[in-house]
Amino acid sequence: MRWFWFASPQTFFPLAGSIARWCAVGAALLAAAGLYVGFFVAPTDAQQGEAYRIIFIHVAAAWMSMLLYVVMAFWAAIGLAFNTRLSAMMASALAPTGALFTFIALWTGALWGRPTWGAYWVWDARLTSELILLFLYLGFMALQAAIDDPRRADRAGALLAIVGVVNVPIIYYSVQWWNTLHQGASVSLTRAPSMASTMLTGMLLMALAFWLYSIAASLARVRCIIKERE
Amino acid sequence: MNWGGWSEFWAMGGYGFYVWGSYAVTFAALALEIIFLRRRVREAKA
Repeated sequence: MRWFWFASPQTFFPLAGSIARWCAVGAALLAAAGLYVGFFVAPTDAQQGEAYRIIFIHVAAAWMSMLLYVVMAFWAAIGLAFNTRLSAMMASALAPTGALFTFIALWTGALWGRPTWGAYWVWDARLTSELILLFLYLGFMALQAAIDDPRRADRAGALLAIVGVVNVPIIYYSVQWWNTLHQGASVSLTRAPSMASTMLTGMLLMALAFWLYSIAASLARVRCIIKERE
Repeated sequence: MNWGGWSEFWAMGGYGFYVWGSYAVTFAALALEIIFLRRRVREAKA
């Protein structure tokens, strides 16, 4: 398989279309399964009652918001280093979906915070750094939109994306570094998750659905960008 | 099965506003992105 063959926008275009279609179908199926497990299989939480069911979208969206930023900064850096057109287009295509998941993480977090903490918003390290992430996405999109020459817009956006990537570990470790109201990680690679296995299953299914959704949406968008530019 | 009936399901143990407020806005946001993307795909083709 000649991978670099697909580095050209023209050859990548049809491949992106078929991957996007399959991922969209997979996302819909996984979301249906995840919602079924989340609402009908996972038991009521002993402490939080039914309010905890926000977890199935909140955690999955928060994971995607950070992951998409790292992927966006990665493609932006590749585009900046090797001057490859498709990498920069990929970075631009990821930004709106990343911003969307950041917004969803903040919104669902607010609606979860109110019944559990008594406040929609607190200036806690986790919440504040996630809000900064939203501004980084919006800043990236605004900066690119403000520059007429697409190649210059790519380079300017790439710089912002790369500098902003320092915020991602800050979000992730904020609950350890600072005394936050936000709880620590319930799921980690090094120890057993601190939740019922059916709750975890529902959460992972939703996370996978959001992964596939993000792939589908960003590939569909990169196809538009290729069409618009070339 | 967690629910005695639909009204119990929609009530979410008294947290209906928060739970459904989260899910409704999430799906509205994703649906809007899909609509805008479809429009952009159509315009790019034209």
